Amino acid sequence: MTTTTIVKAPSTSAPPAPAAAAAPAGGVATGAKIRVHALRYNPQEPGSVPHMQTYELEQTEGMTLFIALSEIRETLDPTLQFDFVCRAGICGSCAMMVNGRPTLACRTLTRDVGPDITLAPLPVFELIGDLSVNTGRWMRGTSERLEAWLHGDPQARDICRIEEPMEPELAEKLNELDRCVECGCCVAACGTARMRPDFVGAVGMAKIARFRLDPRDKRTDDDYYELVGTDDGVFGCMSLLACHDVCPKDLPLQTQIAFLRRKMAGKGWA
Amino acid sequence: MKVVYTDVLVIGGGLAGLRLAIAARRRGHDALILSLVPPKRSHSKAAQGGMQASLGNVIKGQGDNEDVHFEDTVRGSDWGADQEVVRMFVNTAPKAVRELAAWGVPWSRVRKGDRQVVINGQKVTITERDEAHGLVAQRDFGGTKKWRTCYVSDCTGHAMLQAVGDQAIAAAIPVHERTEALALIHDGGRCYGAVVRDLVTGTLSAYLAKATAITTGGAGRLYRVTTNAVICEGIGHAIALETGVAALGNMEAVQFHPTGIFPAGILVTEGCRGDGGLLKDADGHRFMPDYEPEKKELASRDVVSRRMEEHIAKGKGVKSRFGDHLWLDITLLGEQHIRHNLREVYEICHYFMGVDPVKDMIPVRPAQHYTMGGVRTKPSGESPTLKGLFSAGEAACWDMHGFNRLGGNSVAETVVAGMIVGEYVADFCDRAENDVNIPTGVVREFLEREQAKLDRLAQGGGSEDAAKLKARMQEIMTAKVGIFRRGKDLEEAVDELQELLVRSRSIGLRSRAPGPNPELVTAYRTQKMLRLALTVAYGALTRTESRGAHFREDHPRRDDAQWLKRTLATWKSDADTLPTLDYEPLDIRRMELPPGWRGYGAKDYTDHPDTAARQAEVDALKEKHADRFARQRALMPYDHLLPQRLKGRNERIDERFPAAPGGAGDTPESAFAWESE
Repeated sequence: MTTTTIVKAPSTSAPPAPAAAAAPAGGVATGAKIRVHALRYNPQEPGSVPHMQTYELEQTEGMTLFIALSEIRETLDPTLQFDFVCRAGICGSCAMMVNGRPTLACRTLTRDVGPDITLAPLPVFELIGDLSVNTGRWMRGTSERLEAWLHGDPQARDICRIEEPMEPELAEKLNELDRCVECGCCVAACGTARMRPDFVGAVGMAKIARFRLDPRDKRTDDDYYELVGTDDGVFGCMSLLACHDVCPKDLPLQTQIAFLRRKMAGKGWA
Repeated sequence: MKVVYTDVLVIGGGLAGLRLAIAARRRGHDALILSLVPPKRSHSKAAQGGMQASLGNVIKGQGDNEDVHFEDTVRGSDWGADQEVVRMFVNTAPKAVRELAAWGVPWSRVRKGDRQVVINGQKVTITERDEAHGLVAQRDFGGTKKWRTCYVSDCTGHAMLQAVGDQAIAAAIPVHERTEALALIHDGGRCYGAVVRDLVTGTLSAYLAKATAITTGGAGRLYRVTTNAVICEGIGHAIALETGVAALGNMEAVQFHPTGIFPAGILVTEGCRGDGGLLKDADGHRFMPDYEPEKKELASRDVVSRRMEEHIAKGKGVKSRFGDHLWLDITLLGEQHIRHNLREVYEICHYFMGVDPVKDMIPVRPAQHYTMGGVRTKPSGESPTLKGLFSAGEAACWDMHGFNRLGGNSVAETVVAGMIVGEYVADFCDRAENDVNIPTGVVREFLEREQAKLDRLAQGGGSEDAAKLKARMQEIMTAKVGIFRRGKDLEEAVDELQELLVRSRSIGLRSRAPGPNPELVTAYRTQKMLRLALTVAYGALTRTESRGAHFREDHPRRDDAQWLKRTLATWKSDADTLPTLDYEPLDIRRMELPPGWRGYGAKDYTDHPDTAARQAEVDALKEKHADRFARQRALMPYDHLLPQRLKGRNERIDERFPAAPGGAGDTPESAFAWESE
């Protein structure tokens, strides 16, 4: 990280911000300058060297990092790589390090994290370029290793007939654990994941906890022990619990990991 | 030359593509999915409110069945839908919900006893039946007679995508993530696969398959203001169009969702209104009952969106620096309900606007939402003109939505179409005559042609800026091909879009960075999107009537006499700047539900000469058959169109099957036997 270049937006005459749109205490006012410092590196380009690049643009009302980065690409630098899909905080594509913390960029308001915003790709995952990482491959690999799908009754259910009932509370609990968007923030924030390339992360353990809770899944704790009863699973977790702090969906990771580890420790002991 | 072979090439990794691939895989065929993004990030995820299926478990859904769902859907479509396809759909939707339940979707469930709900702005107590306890629950949605929308809180699409995506992994279906199909490989009569660009390395390769399926979703990004994800650019539509052989149906039929968050366009679900939320104006007045006394906020989306814009045009909008908007008020639903059943809405309001919907109203205005048109197919999902090309879901026009889709019918369509078309794709691959034998020279030609196009963009020295052309296109579409359309605006739109298309041939790049090169991506997609935009705008200009979401101020009547027909667009030559339009008439004499008034919206239409005779025929047949199944068969037999696995009837609390012959462990086959009574 040797060079730093600055690209500035052509200055525009900003409309005065109405009083109602004034930034909250500590936030960036509409019309003020913000500076986005992005890590640049294109592995496909021979001779490309990782470096920081700074882009200067104007804070607009309601500006998110999605809007800011799109504007940078359209007006300042067409080569900047990043991933957005839903831009509504539901798909998990745009996780990146924002001022050193993994989070969803699309729902991060620049006024809350500016005026100087440092962006870097998530660690742990394979880098595609600049702010874009290959979370998809990691998630698919982990799902395959953990067999993270519902193992139902081998006897196919007759889908013409009325469905199996389920207690409403249980359905809601399952949904609570099912809300993971596989954004990778928990993995990026995880100490063990930095040291153990095959560590399944909070996302992996949450999946196991979710299927374990589901009576439609016919696996037993012995089966789950085979999948996560190792140092790449529940016993690798150092309980630093940054995963819990950074989860954009507020999944109850702390309790789920602790509970699963207790159950699996019981199995290991037996 | 890198060539990848498979049996079924699925372009698009959303719910329709995943489910289709699973169906083919289960029939013993290899399937391979190409996806711009990891499948669980696809736009299917954004379906919040739920999926329509006539289970009739909740008390407000009692009496619901395929017949009611069928009529709601056809009325919603303003009689543009293919009624046989609607029948196939409504019969399969309950099976899809039940299959997904078995695959792990945590559907919200019915709790027996009293509960308080909000109906028409009033708190009402309803009592759920004991025998419904624990079964999949339904909520109310627009344009439906019964509460029919099955849901998982307000993250239904997410939960469905989790389960179906997981099953695709379980079936070991390979997904080539971050790849994009740039062109279909074909010989003018048969499709053989696609030329595909790797969005990590930037290299091209050929994928050859017996069957190729386009399941790429919608084209919302033709518009500036849309609820669609940024990947919904209609590239799947465009590559079908660019064959010059496959047709796109009804591309002018574009849905605007009433409640896009203003001004970002992010969706808040129809479930907000289904659960009792109200639309209010600058004076805090609930205005929808003034326009639609019957269905109020819950008329179909095209009607509600038009009424909202009409109300804003009267000066009743709330002024803001970004323009006018209206309010969605869900405060009356209470914190418990909002935090549990409308949780995504809560999060979106919180993070993007700093609004707490428990206490504050949400600023909304209609935004582009859904592409009713798509790759024209037969009920089997196969193109009638390009053999071996299939399509399903939002990308397709098989055509179950006609000119307006009902809320909850899209995410239902994804899995249902995946189930049905997947079986037809498997049938196709079963037949030896459909083996692929295409000379590699032809494959090389297609690859070289696409590479040459990219090289021309990168090195051709063009001076046009793709991002600017695209932004202008989006501006034109939102301003002139929107909710209210006028002949003059549409003419201007078509003219300027043609200019943009010509200019797009001289796009130049500032960057030649190896790898994905986002600027190059924008460049080639913009060229394709402009053709698609022209297909929408030109279709809208030519259709001189109003039907469903296509509303012409200068032709406000639905005109069945002239326009009860489907638009078919093809793009004959690279040099063309307009699509070639043909029309396919809909045959009233075979309709189960002949055209009439929808039950909401304007009562203003011109009848087709065949309508009265068919209505009389239908009335007589209804008189004759008391049994609803016999009646339906007499009116419009469709059973022959359903794959064998999906023919069975659907059990309900009020329509119990006889006790299963085998007791527990009953298999689908036995239910089919029961069906053939």
